[in-house]
Amino acid sequence: MGIAGNRAVLFDKIKRAWYKFSKNPLSIVGGAIVFVVVFLAVFAPFVAPYPQHAGSFVNFSEASQPPSLRYLCGTDAFGRDILSRIFFGFRLSLIMGVVVISLTAPAGVTLGLVAGYMKGSWVETIIMRITDIFVAVPPLVLALAVCSILQPNIFNAMMAVSLMWWPWYCRMVFGIASSIRNEFYVQAAEITGAGKMHIIFKEMLPNCFGPIFTKVSLDMGWVILIGSALSFVGLGAQPPTPDLGTMVADGGKYMPDQWWIAVFPAFAIMLVVFGFNILGDGIRDMLEVEDV
Amino acid sequence: MMRFLKFIVKRFLHSILVLFGLSILIFVIARVIPGDPARMALGPRAPESVVQKFREDLHLDKPLYAQYYYWLAGALRGDLGMSLFTKRQVADDVKEFFPATFELMLFTGLVMSVFGILLGIVSARHSNRWPDNTVRVFSYLGVCTPAFVFAILFLLLFGYVFQILPTIGRISPAITRPPTRTGLMTLDSLLAGNLAAFWDAIKHLVMPGVALALGPMAQEARITRSSMTDNLQRDFIALERSQAIPERRIMSKYLLRISVIPTVSVLGLDFASQLGWAFLVELIFNWPGISRYGINVMLHKDLNAIVAVIMIIGLMFMVVNIVVDLIVSWLDPRIRLGAERGE
Repeated sequence: MGIAGNRAVLFDKIKRAWYKFSKNPLSIVGGAIVFVVVFLAVFAPFVAPYPQHAGSFVNFSEASQPPSLRYLCGTDAFGRDILSRIFFGFRLSLIMGVVVISLTAPAGVTLGLVAGYMKGSWVETIIMRITDIFVAVPPLVLALAVCSILQPNIFNAMMAVSLMWWPWYCRMVFGIASSIRNEFYVQAAEITGAGKMHIIFKEMLPNCFGPIFTKVSLDMGWVILIGSALSFVGLGAQPPTPDLGTMVADGGKYMPDQWWIAVFPAFAIMLVVFGFNILGDGIRDMLEVEDV
Repeated sequence: MMRFLKFIVKRFLHSILVLFGLSILIFVIARVIPGDPARMALGPRAPESVVQKFREDLHLDKPLYAQYYYWLAGALRGDLGMSLFTKRQVADDVKEFFPATFELMLFTGLVMSVFGILLGIVSARHSNRWPDNTVRVFSYLGVCTPAFVFAILFLLLFGYVFQILPTIGRISPAITRPPTRTGLMTLDSLLAGNLAAFWDAIKHLVMPGVALALGPMAQEARITRSSMTDNLQRDFIALERSQAIPERRIMSKYLLRISVIPTVSVLGLDFASQLGWAFLVELIFNWPGISRYGINVMLHKDLNAIVAVIMIIGLMFMVVNIVVDLIVSWLDPRIRLGAERGE
């Protein structure tokens, strides 16, 4: 088949995948939510009603205002507009998700592929036993511990979550890689003298793409959730950084009278996670992935 | 049976090894990370002599493997070192705080498995009608809402607006505490024959327990539903129907047992991840458990206590996984017999 033919096949595949994706109304909703959140995050300084309220702005004459037309989600104890801070919070959450996943997914996937390719050797034993240790405790707990030992700030929170996140990719990819290890096309490549790198990255990796993409989308939600949890207990982003978790924790102090300070950021977290979750489900159906 | 026993023993030994590895991991993270742990723990204003004394007490002046040896030797004797936060033995702290978390997690596990499976059955029986659709919407909401958001919303609604449930702690101060025997407030009050305390303890459990259970519960319901509807198409169900076995009996006796197998497997995973979220929920409800203690010692950089808390959580995680394996192999004879045949 020539290159033109390949391109036609690829185009056809994309068209089919898009058809499947667009037939499911929930995936469209998920995609739309994610799009809106990304848009708000990227253009936060322009779309936020009071962009200067993102940092350590103080205006006590407008403190603790209930939601009104002027301040759609009310203001906090320092007189800062909560809606504006939520937009900037999206920004931080997305950065967290992107950084953590772009660090952990490649690392975990590579280790999983290598372990799967070297199945039965000491390399597999070492990689998978280390993975076992990392997954022996909920990632949130280990991340909390690492954050507490480091200085609590947003950068260390990302490092801590990354340190805990790669084993889940490693485990998933190892499962797929070790099952396709003895497929004919891998053996054929081996017999024709293909190098290890070629087999791992050219033969085995493409067969793991479906589950990887699905997991990336679902994980964006989870990482954002874990990040907000770290900030919530004071081990992640520190005030006055506009982080959704910090805002919920801060608002908790003013419950129940000034409920809006905690409730709107909490809804914002739910919205982001919801968006990435159903988008992930949609991608899973589109790529016909069995389980992630 | 021998092979099955062997499988369980192997599983157990593997978990012990993993725990051992976990202790090394958390130990290395705690001690290797840049900075002086003694200085960090005591703060910048502590005099150097005190810091030096602390270093020697914790064996921080020795090489890492020696430090680990001292820690392990102590831990095996049940000595987890001193806590800087409570100024007590960490082992005593753990003994005091663990039962509260254990009770909360038992309650959470009960709620999420019973209601998750019940909701799953309801939506399978009424698939694609309103009960099913309600459960579906509810499950998407449950999956995307972290336990701490549920906790805060419950606190606002049931604690403050309607004021029907107590907001903090395990028991109201007005009620005489039952004498501590098991450490589980509900069981202790029953043992003491104090029904008022029992009812009060249950009421205290509801909000944190349900906040933790709601997310996984929604997922269990979805999984049970889809597994039941899949299994309904199986030949053996048609056979049973053709033999005029009542529908109710088919559902409860033949269909349910095989259909909850995937639910139980996921239940174990969910339960384990709720152990993590318990850290936040205990904080919100001021629940005097090991997780709230964990957050406090983390905020105070109390190394001995942090290591101990992580190990306890790892131990709980391990026990839950083994229990889930046992339940699944009891439910699914194929796994049990497969293990016996050595497959």
